[in-house]
Amino acid sequence: MTDERMSEETTKEGRGPSRRGFLRNSALAGAGLVAGAGAARAEGPDPLITEVQDWASSFGDAVDAAPYGMPIRFESHVTRRNVEWLTESPVSSINFTPIHALEGTITPQGCAFERHHSGAIELSKQDYRLMINGLVDRPLVFTYEDLTRFPRHVTTAFCECAANGGMEWGGAQLEGCQYTQGMIHNMEYTGVMLRDLLAEAGVQTEGKWVYVEGADASSNGRSIPMEKALDDVMVAFFANGEALRKEHGYPVRLVVPGWEGNMWVKWLRRIGVYDRAVESREETSKYTDLMPDGRARKWTWVMDAKSVITSPSPQVPIRHGKGPLVISGLAWSGNGAINRVDVSLDGGRNWQTARISGDAKKKALTRFHLDIDWDGSELFLQSRAVDETGYVQPTKQALREIRGLNNVYHNNGIQTWWVKADGEVENVEIA
Amino acid sequence: MSRSRKLLLASCALFLTTGPVMAETLGLGRAALPEEIAAWDVSVLPDGQGLKPGSGDVLTGEEVFADKCASCHGEFAEGLDSWPVLAGGEGSLTDPRPVKTIGSYWPHLSTVWDYVHRSMPFGSAQTVSVDETYAITAFLLYSNGLVDEDFVLTNENFTEIVLPNNDGFYPDDRPETEYVLFKGEPCMTGCAEGVPKITKRAVDLNVTPEDPDGRPAGSLPDLRAAVATEGGAEVVAVAAEGEAVVEEPAAEPEAVAEEAVVEEAVVEEAGADPELIAAGEKVFKKCAACHKVGDGAKNATGPVLNGMIDRAAGTVDGFKYSKPLAEMAAGGLVWDAASLHAFLENPKAFMKGTKMTFAGLKKPEERDAIIAYLATFAE
Repeated sequence: MTDERMSEETTKEGRGPSRRGFLRNSALAGAGLVAGAGAARAEGPDPLITEVQDWASSFGDAVDAAPYGMPIRFESHVTRRNVEWLTESPVSSINFTPIHALEGTITPQGCAFERHHSGAIELSKQDYRLMINGLVDRPLVFTYEDLTRFPRHVTTAFCECAANGGMEWGGAQLEGCQYTQGMIHNMEYTGVMLRDLLAEAGVQTEGKWVYVEGADASSNGRSIPMEKALDDVMVAFFANGEALRKEHGYPVRLVVPGWEGNMWVKWLRRIGVYDRAVESREETSKYTDLMPDGRARKWTWVMDAKSVITSPSPQVPIRHGKGPLVISGLAWSGNGAINRVDVSLDGGRNWQTARISGDAKKKALTRFHLDIDWDGSELFLQSRAVDETGYVQPTKQALREIRGLNNVYHNNGIQTWWVKADGEVENVEIA
Repeated sequence: MSRSRKLLLASCALFLTTGPVMAETLGLGRAALPEEIAAWDVSVLPDGQGLKPGSGDVLTGEEVFADKCASCHGEFAEGLDSWPVLAGGEGSLTDPRPVKTIGSYWPHLSTVWDYVHRSMPFGSAQTVSVDETYAITAFLLYSNGLVDEDFVLTNENFTEIVLPNNDGFYPDDRPETEYVLFKGEPCMTGCAEGVPKITKRAVDLNVTPEDPDGRPAGSLPDLRAAVATEGGAEVVAVAAEGEAVVEEPAAEPEAVAEEAVVEEAVVEEAGADPELIAAGEKVFKKCAACHKVGDGAKNATGPVLNGMIDRAAGTVDGFKYSKPLAEMAAGGLVWDAASLHAFLENPKAFMKGTKMTFAGLKKPEERDAIIAYLATFAE
C-alpha cells in the first residue's frame, strides 16, 4: 500500500491526516497535544487518537534489543535513593526502596533497598563456601551445589531495617514514604531451610543459639535463638524467581521472616552453634533500644505491625483534582498476617476499613486500597494496621510515652500525610 | 551405604521423626577441617570463649590506634566527623543526645576485641594481629578511664574486666510492656476532639533530597505537563521522523553527572587504557572510605582527589594536612606518577607521620591502575 493510498483511506475513515499531512500540520498538532495530552478531555478530537502515531505504523524493538530488560525509560524516576547526610561513607550506608512508585506487594530486586556495612561484594557460586561449626556432631563445609541438593522451599517475606522510620522518631523529618518507610522490601525466596542444614551437622543438646556471619569485610554477624533457627529461617539463593542480586547477598543470604533486616545476613559464610549469644557489635552497640531510664532493650528482633499510605504521599501528589481517588498503601507484621487496615481522612478522628487487595500472607507485605470521592478539601491521611494477634498499630506518641525520645529503632508508629486542597502532600505530625 | 539408600532412609526419617532434628542425614557437604574452622571461627564471646592467647599494653595500643584507627576515630577515640565516638559519654544515656561509647554503653569487652579483630580497620578488615587487638582494646579501656596507663590486657585477665554498662541491657519486653496496651478493638468514630493541629512539618527542616525542580527526589512525573514542557510542535515533528517522542527530563541527576564525568575523561585521556581505568576504579574502593572523587566531591577524612595528578601536593582548599605532608609540599613535592607510586606503595615509609592510615598497594599494576583512574577526574 502506498502512502498516497493510505492517506486517502485513513482520511476517508476519519482517523486523521496522512504522514505528509501530519508533517505539514505538525505545529497545529503540537498545539493540540499540549492542550489534549493527559487532560483526556480534549476540546477537539485528540490527535493521539485521530492521527496515526509512529508506534502504530513502524517497528518497535526486535526481540533481542535487551536480552535482560530494564524498565522503560519513562520510569527512570523509580529508583533506590539515599540520603547522603545520614552516613559518613556510602559503603557503610543504606538507601531506600521507592515504595511510593510501586504497587502490589513484590519488590523488584533492582530497586529493593540496600544496606551494606562494607560494600556489596562480588562472590561467585564457585568460590562460595558455607561452614557449620561449634556445638555440632559433624562440623561441615557446603559448596553452593551442596545447598541446591537439600529439599527446596519457597516463602515470601518482608525484610525491614530496624531503623526504618528512625529519622522520624523525633518528629516529621523527610518528605516522602520512600525516605520515611522505604527501608523495606518484600520478595519471594527459594532456598533451603536452616533446620535441614543444622540437622545435617547434628546440633548438640547444649547448642541453644546460632551465630550467622557474612563473608564480606564487615563479617556482620548476629545471634539467633535455636527455636527460631529451627522454625522458619531460610538459606535462600533465589529471589523473585531469579538469582539474588549482588547487593542482596549473591549467591546466598539468610531470610529471617518477621525479624529485623540486620539479621538477614548476606553472603552467608558461617553458622556457628553456641550455648549463648555471641553479643557481637551489631547486637550490643547497635540494634539495641535505649529507654528513658538509660537502660536498653536488647534482642528486639520482631518487627511489629505497621502500615503506610504510599499514594498519595509527598512524592505522589494528587494532580487530577477532586473526584474519584484511590488511596493505596502497604501493611505488614513480623508477628503474622495482617487482618485489617483502617484509614482515616481526618487525622485519626474517624476511621474506615480499607480493602485488602490480594493475599494477606504471614510476615509479608500486604496491599490495601481505599477508593474515595475526594471533595478537594484538605485531608490528614493516616493508616492503621491490625495483625492476626490483635495488635493495633500505635501512634508515634503512644510509642514515645513508653520509649522516650532516644529509642531510634523499631518506629512502627502511624504516619500522617497532610493533603492540601491543591493536591500537594506533606509529611506532618499533628495533635 | 549407597547414596540412594541414604536418601531413602532420610525421606523415611522425615515421616517418622517429629522432633526438629532429623535422625538421618543426606550425606551432603564434607567435614570442616580444624585449620578451616580456626580461620573462619574468630568469634569471641562475653565469657571469653574464642579468645586467643596473647597480650597488649596501653602505650602500644595508643601507637597502633594512632596508626590504624585515629584517621576516623580521632587520636583520643573521640570520633572525627560522624565516625563513631569510642570514648567518653559516661552518664549521658538519659540525656537528650546520649553518647554511646565503649565506656558508656557497650556491655561486654569481648565485643570490642571481636569487632576490632574481625571487622576493623574499615576498608582493611582482618589486618590487625592478635596482640595488636589486645593493645588497641587496652588503649580503649584507658581512653575511657577504666584502666591506668601501665595496664596490660591478656587472655588471662580479660574476663576480669567488667564494662560500666554491663547491667544496662534487658531482653525484649515488648510483649509485656507494649502488646498488652496495643491490643483490643480500636476506636472507629469520634476518636479525638476538634480539628487536627499541625505540630511538626518535615518541610521546615528542609533535609530531603530534591529533584532539579525542587520537589522531593523521586516524585512521580506530572503526566499532564510532560508533553507541554517539551514544546509540542517540535517534538511532534521529530516524532514523525521516527525519533524519540519526548526527551526524558533529567530525573536522575547523579546518573547524568556520572556520565558527564566519564565522557570528559574519555576526551581528555584519549590515550588512556579503559581497562586500566576500570581496574583503577575497583582498586579505588580501598580509598573511597576517606577520599571522594567526581562531580560534587568534597573533602572528607582525606582530601578530594579531583585534578590531583601532576599538581603540587598539599594544595586542596579547605583540607587540613598533616605536618609531614605540609613540609614535603613546601619542599616542592608534586603528585606525579613517580611520587604517587612511592607514596601508595608504602605511605608511612614515604611520608613518616602521614595521617593517611593505609597499608599501601604492594602491586605496581594496582598503583598504575589507580593513577590512571585518578587522571580521569579533572579539577
